[in-house]
Amino acid sequence: MGVKLLLEKAHVEGIRTYAVYRKEGGYRSVEKALQQMGPEAIVEEVKKSGLRGRGGAGFPAGMKWSFIAKPEGVPRHLVCNADESEPGTFKDRYLMENIPHLLIEGLIVASFALGSNDTYIYIRGEYAWIVDILETAIEEAKANGFLGKNILGSGFDCNIHVQRGAGAYICGEETALIESLEGKRGNPRIKPPFPAIQGLWQRPTVVNNVETLAAVVPIINMGGEEYAKIGVGRSTGTKLISACGNINKPGVYEIDMTISVEEFIYADEYCGGIANGKRLKACIPGGSSVPILPANLLLKTAKGETRYMNYESLSDGGFATGSMMGSGGFIVLDEDQCIVKNTYTLARFYRHESCGQCSPCREGTGWMEKILYKIEMGKGRKSDIDLLWDIQRKIEGNTICPLGDAAAWPVAAAIRHFRDEFEWHVLNQDQAQKRNYGLAHYAEPIYVPAG
Amino acid sequence: MSQFSETQMAEFKRLVSRYPEGKQKSALLPVLHLAQNSFGGWLSEKTLDYVAELLNITPIEVYEVATFYSMYNLKPVGKYMFEVCQTGPCMISGSDNIIQYIQDKLGIKPGETTPDGLFTLKTVECLGACGYAPMMQLGKTYREHLTKDKVDAIIAECKSIAAE
Amino acid sequence: MSEQPLLKVTIDNITIEVPAGTTILHAARKIGGEVAPPAMCYYSKLEGSGGKCRTCLVEVSKGSEKDPRPMPKLVASCRTTVMDGMEVKNITSEKVIDARNGVVEFLLLNHPLDCPVCDQAGECHLQDLSYNHGKAGTRYEFQRRTFKKHNLGEHIQLHMTRCILCYRCVFTADQLTKKREHGVLDRGDHAEIATFIEKNLDNEFIGNVIDVCPVGALTDKTFRFKNRVWFLKPMDAHRNCPTCSGKVTLWNRGEEVFRVTARKDQWGEVEDWICNTCRFETKNASDWVIEGPRMIDRHSVISQGHYAGNIGTHVPTETFEAVNHGRQPQLLMDIHDVSKVNKPGSSLAKLKGPAHSKDFNNNQD
Repeated sequence: MGVKLLLEKAHVEGIRTYAVYRKEGGYRSVEKALQQMGPEAIVEEVKKSGLRGRGGAGFPAGMKWSFIAKPEGVPRHLVCNADESEPGTFKDRYLMENIPHLLIEGLIVASFALGSNDTYIYIRGEYAWIVDILETAIEEAKANGFLGKNILGSGFDCNIHVQRGAGAYICGEETALIESLEGKRGNPRIKPPFPAIQGLWQRPTVVNNVETLAAVVPIINMGGEEYAKIGVGRSTGTKLISACGNINKPGVYEIDMTISVEEFIYADEYCGGIANGKRLKACIPGGSSVPILPANLLLKTAKGETRYMNYESLSDGGFATGSMMGSGGFIVLDEDQCIVKNTYTLARFYRHESCGQCSPCREGTGWMEKILYKIEMGKGRKSDIDLLWDIQRKIEGNTICPLGDAAAWPVAAAIRHFRDEFEWHVLNQDQAQKRNYGLAHYAEPIYVPAG
Repeated sequence: MSQFSETQMAEFKRLVSRYPEGKQKSALLPVLHLAQNSFGGWLSEKTLDYVAELLNITPIEVYEVATFYSMYNLKPVGKYMFEVCQTGPCMISGSDNIIQYIQDKLGIKPGETTPDGLFTLKTVECLGACGYAPMMQLGKTYREHLTKDKVDAIIAECKSIAAE
Repeated sequence: MSEQPLLKVTIDNITIEVPAGTTILHAARKIGGEVAPPAMCYYSKLEGSGGKCRTCLVEVSKGSEKDPRPMPKLVASCRTTVMDGMEVKNITSEKVIDARNGVVEFLLLNHPLDCPVCDQAGECHLQDLSYNHGKAGTRYEFQRRTFKKHNLGEHIQLHMTRCILCYRCVFTADQLTKKREHGVLDRGDHAEIATFIEKNLDNEFIGNVIDVCPVGALTDKTFRFKNRVWFLKPMDAHRNCPTCSGKVTLWNRGEEVFRVTARKDQWGEVEDWICNTCRFETKNASDWVIEGPRMIDRHSVISQGHYAGNIGTHVPTETFEAVNHGRQPQLLMDIHDVSKVNKPGSSLAKLKGPAHSKDFNNNQD
């Protein structure tokens, strides 16, 4: 059993309530932070912890905090990004649903560190019932003196408000989220200026993911240095992985980033192996936008080393032979899955979610979807595969926000690693309508558990 | 024209009070949710204008937002809306079969409403429940690990509530 | 007051000094048309515009003197400010040309290409852009996007199929009129400019949306199908207008005023906004005091790429050809490969009178 810092108490009976949460040691970090530490010391501690943003980009959280501008007389804001929408990712929901006070606790500490008197949680609109859970937790925290005026006699005032989105993946991008929070369309802003200088209502703002803010609690409790000892290299602490797809035990797992991908997929403690006794074909290890990897490259790097569940190891080999940790949405595909169809549904998703502001993303995502649909329906040509490659190449890096990249990468990786399957689709159109291609051409993908 | 009741108005005021003076536009998304829930599950042109007036912003600002987000219904919908996810992880877990089954069972295609006005079927993109796929949103909550039997039960449940 | 320090920036091997806060695009414009990236959505007179169309992407090969690292991605030159010692590659960068070709293809993907019946033809920025960068054919084989028609009243014609969603008209309505009544509705590839509830756009100054529109999406209904712009003679004129400056360009044929527009500078940007009365309702030559012919740098297919004139005090003396091994600027597709009449020596700007076929014959080998 690995170390658990976030979900250790998630299954204690009644942990959603303040009383139980407090009895289990909750809100100690608020006491420590507000009574013994100052804002600078907290930022320092988070820097020492090496905590990287858990939303997908993996940017060091402490560094992000230290960028916030502090002009005289201008309020600052902390915004919690709970707009979890990346296909494959449902870890924040799990955390908020099961142990909401952990997020509230982290938010209070972070608000104090950043000087945010009004902190907002922007939650995706579909998580409507979680809004109630969070608002109840906030009320309880307030009733017990952890929110409101002069918290624990520190002179610090803080209120947390929950704002519901209304169905737009793009609002997970921090500037689109801010626009949405201002009551506008979720169009990402053109950067610079960055939110740390001009964010919500043009005020300095920090936007952090739910899991990042929850991780502040153990960091304060145990100290940044202790936290940094967990994990490996620059992948410190624990990470929530939401596993789904063709596995025996889909769900949210907290891992300490030293376990191998193989162990994560096959160990009973985690995914419990591939469902229905099938074989592993491919996996998207970090949420739908990161490159898909075939089984051989997933379990081992191109150098033949074991691949581990951490930032560095998952990206080993770059996009040529590696992938990314992303948001931790671990999607497993078995031998019966069709890569073309899977890529098509993802392309459809990104077309649906493009805000339409910049031309490469607005036009390119729709074009890729149409071509993939054509191939999936048995009407494709071989030249369509090269065309797809060229389109994704012209979207990537040329858009306002990362949605363009997120739409381009899955298509690029699918063609890079499963070109034979695409070609089979266009060359054997009748066959492709009747059955799936099965496993790819690569060397023996069948996994035999050791021992 | 429909207006907010006293309780709805109190909720409206609570929503607006969360933002600084003069930033009441920030309440637009939550207020549109409130209006949709209050006025029959969808937002008519009149409702949108009413929201604009309440928040003291121009109507076009409300139209721009209402058409951007996928959760706002700009046409009337059935009493029960089955919003079935069809993105990657749900697809590989068999959402296509579930969607087909609901279509056959209710006799409607995605985007349509049954003649009795009871059910609307809508296919949607990822709802963040990939580990519990296939799934759908029904009202405020999710129905997960869907099977044909479960779909039957949900339809029966809706019908019996509606009959009361 | 201390003098503002000037920053040195090099674009396509030409160096210029500009004040802090200048964008790469403006620095390039100061150097001259040849190195200025095309801008489809940016409009210097509209606050907040730019960054969206991605046609002005450039490569920053050196960030600054202090931090010489190149920028990892191409940047939108209209929204990126220069740093001291910055080095920028516009059309000398393979990456830029490749990306821009991609952007042009994306912009044309769903464009109806109905230039033969479009009033904007001849002064359309998308036409120019396609001419310089585009390929002759399209790789798109699906049905092009269409929209439900919206009526915006008696003055402004909306052709949503031609729109490239530059948002300029939205900024114009926000910044020039009392109340914005149109906007961008829906999202993604079906986003559209509309009013939602059928509404006439007739706020004073709203007519300027026609002038800022880079394509034929918003055109003047009072001029619709009346004439092609290249048959008209642009004349500067003014009148004593109680609402606006009254400084306009009349587009005449003989004595007849076919249309009235604002005066545009060499970048196709309006110099002075004009009111609806001047634009739509003052069409007698006798209403106007004619100042003389408007010197127009037609940023258009009919006289492609011959910008002239100074907008700063100091302009570098190098020419693009001189510092780039004799390479011709602007013509990225090189029309000369496919056209027999447009030989490199045949420049419309050099002709004294109207062009005739023999002018081209003279220039041919």
